[in-house]
Amino acid sequence: MNELSASSRITYRAVMVRPGVARRIRGLSDKTLAWLFITPTIVLLLAINIFPLLWTIYLSFTNYRANRANVPTIWLGADWYQSILTDPDIWAAMQVTAHFVIWTVVIETVLGFGLAYLIDKKFRGHGMWTTIILLPMMLSPAVVGNFWTFLYQPQIGLFNYVVAFFTGRAASSFQMLGDVTLSPWAIVIVDAWMWTPYVMLICLAGLRSIPDYIYEAAEVDRASKWRQFWSITLPMALPFIMLAVLFRGIENFKMFDMVNLLTGGGPGSTTEVASITLKRAAFESWRTGYSSAFAIILFVTVFGLANIYVKALNRVKSR
Amino acid sequence: MTSATTAHSVVEPSATTRRFAGSLVVLYAIITMIPLVWIMLTAFKSPDDAISYPPKVLFKPSLEGFCNLFTTRSRQTPEFIRSLGPPQGMCDSIARDRNMVVAGPSNYVPRFVNSLIIAFGSTVLAVALGTLSAYGFSRFRVPLKDDLLFFILSTRMMPPIAVAIPIYLMYRTIGLSDTRLGMILLYTSVNVSLAVWLLKGFIDEIPREYEEAAMIDGYTRFQAFVKVVLPQATTGIAATAIFCLIFAWNEYAFAVLLTSGNAQTAPPFIPIIIGEGGQDWPAVAAGTTLFLVPIVVFTVLLRKHLLRGITFGAVRK
Repeated sequence: MNELSASSRITYRAVMVRPGVARRIRGLSDKTLAWLFITPTIVLLLAINIFPLLWTIYLSFTNYRANRANVPTIWLGADWYQSILTDPDIWAAMQVTAHFVIWTVVIETVLGFGLAYLIDKKFRGHGMWTTIILLPMMLSPAVVGNFWTFLYQPQIGLFNYVVAFFTGRAASSFQMLGDVTLSPWAIVIVDAWMWTPYVMLICLAGLRSIPDYIYEAAEVDRASKWRQFWSITLPMALPFIMLAVLFRGIENFKMFDMVNLLTGGGPGSTTEVASITLKRAAFESWRTGYSSAFAIILFVTVFGLANIYVKALNRVKSR
Repeated sequence: MTSATTAHSVVEPSATTRRFAGSLVVLYAIITMIPLVWIMLTAFKSPDDAISYPPKVLFKPSLEGFCNLFTTRSRQTPEFIRSLGPPQGMCDSIARDRNMVVAGPSNYVPRFVNSLIIAFGSTVLAVALGTLSAYGFSRFRVPLKDDLLFFILSTRMMPPIAVAIPIYLMYRTIGLSDTRLGMILLYTSVNVSLAVWLLKGFIDEIPREYEEAAMIDGYTRFQAFVKVVLPQATTGIAATAIFCLIFAWNEYAFAVLLTSGNAQTAPPFIPIIIGEGGQDWPAVAAGTTLFLVPIVVFTVLLRKHLLRGITFGAVRK
């Protein structure tokens, strides 16, 4: 107990220490400690992330099927990669994924930045309303997606009823989840509802990081509010906006839960994003080798795109 | 602008601007809330009210959704039901109005308990491991530090389904499939990368001089870490824990692919609550509402930490 009260005293006493002094003081050496601190995490990640990843790479070159473990495994080389990259269905799925990622990211960024800009005006009660806006992103995408199928029901769903009320169409005249042109938008709407708050938060952090004196200087120079927005607010918040785009882009490229529960990839394959194709190959037709190859292709794609993007981001940051 | 002549700072928005901004945000917040409010309303509707057209805003509240969520029922002939004694409890009497009797408890409670155990277990583990290695990375000279940190982050770029294939095989081999322990370890490994990155940011902010002073006063490095650094990092640890908890509580892809009953959590379970004519929407809504309650309470109570955590992560990277 004495030691505890002593520690609070020590805590606020800044002492200048020559580098190296700390290391000579008793106890385990820092080098040992460093490894003790870091190893458990590395071991866990090796066991549950890296080992499976290497296993996936190995499987992707074989004809292995998880539901027929007794069949001898044959080494196929890059056959799966070749057949996947030349398969028009796979390209269709990638296209669906790309459309989905682009539209959700564009809508979420515009709405999210707009909201952040408004909230930054610090109107009365902005804390409470911000918390309310944040709620959707705290929820489970699967549970939320499942519930939206109810809101999207043509006869009884609230969504159709509200759209019908405002447009004068009959609520049962359109099926958000069953229509080839509407079902991708059904998913985009739910995703935007859920994740716009996330983009908003990051943008808000960006807006709050702009120091006031820049605006004061602009005001002295008689720059119009419009001009200030375009030459101060937007460029200075840009790195944050780009970060939000990166995070949402990676997440939506992997999107599975919401799509699986809202449409399951249908109607036809209009909403069949890459994750759904992958799940079907891996856990429905049990083509383990094939789906491993597809998984690796997806991973390399995200990783490559993210890397290119991060380079661009760093250029913007250092400007 | 005229505001420049007032006593306020020139960057303070005018009252009109604030009111305008406020009303737009409030409008958006209300639109955001409508689906959530609708879930809660539906939870208290009878099945007939839930599927009425046009959708009913005013209705007679019913607890049938909750009864259907917590029980399984079997259909019986009216003669058989009449031959039974008085109904046992409220749910039985509701079921009997529909020519059914309560057959037993449903799987919702065990699934919910699984969610609790797995989410809290993996959060505690991820935060503990994350704090240690964040401190390690923040304070010690680690070989290949940047590469290791990037490697830790890159584990999150893999689509869950892609990882699920070998995990499924691995867990089947070592007997971890469909166990809580397996799910706890899996969620921990997903969360720990975020935990390391977030916490490293927080710990970097704590001046090294604090520990060095403690060590000069006779503490070992480890004592200094526990008694000086940990108390300073509480906010960061809390924020990180919330993120890990939200992820583990909400996760669906791994849960649906890797569990089949024993260790299944609530997110894969709620969508498969089926009533007589397809999905039993009041029961689904009741299950959803109960499942959302802990997270909503958490969000409201801890929103300050939450904002800091998210923005912190954004600023750091």
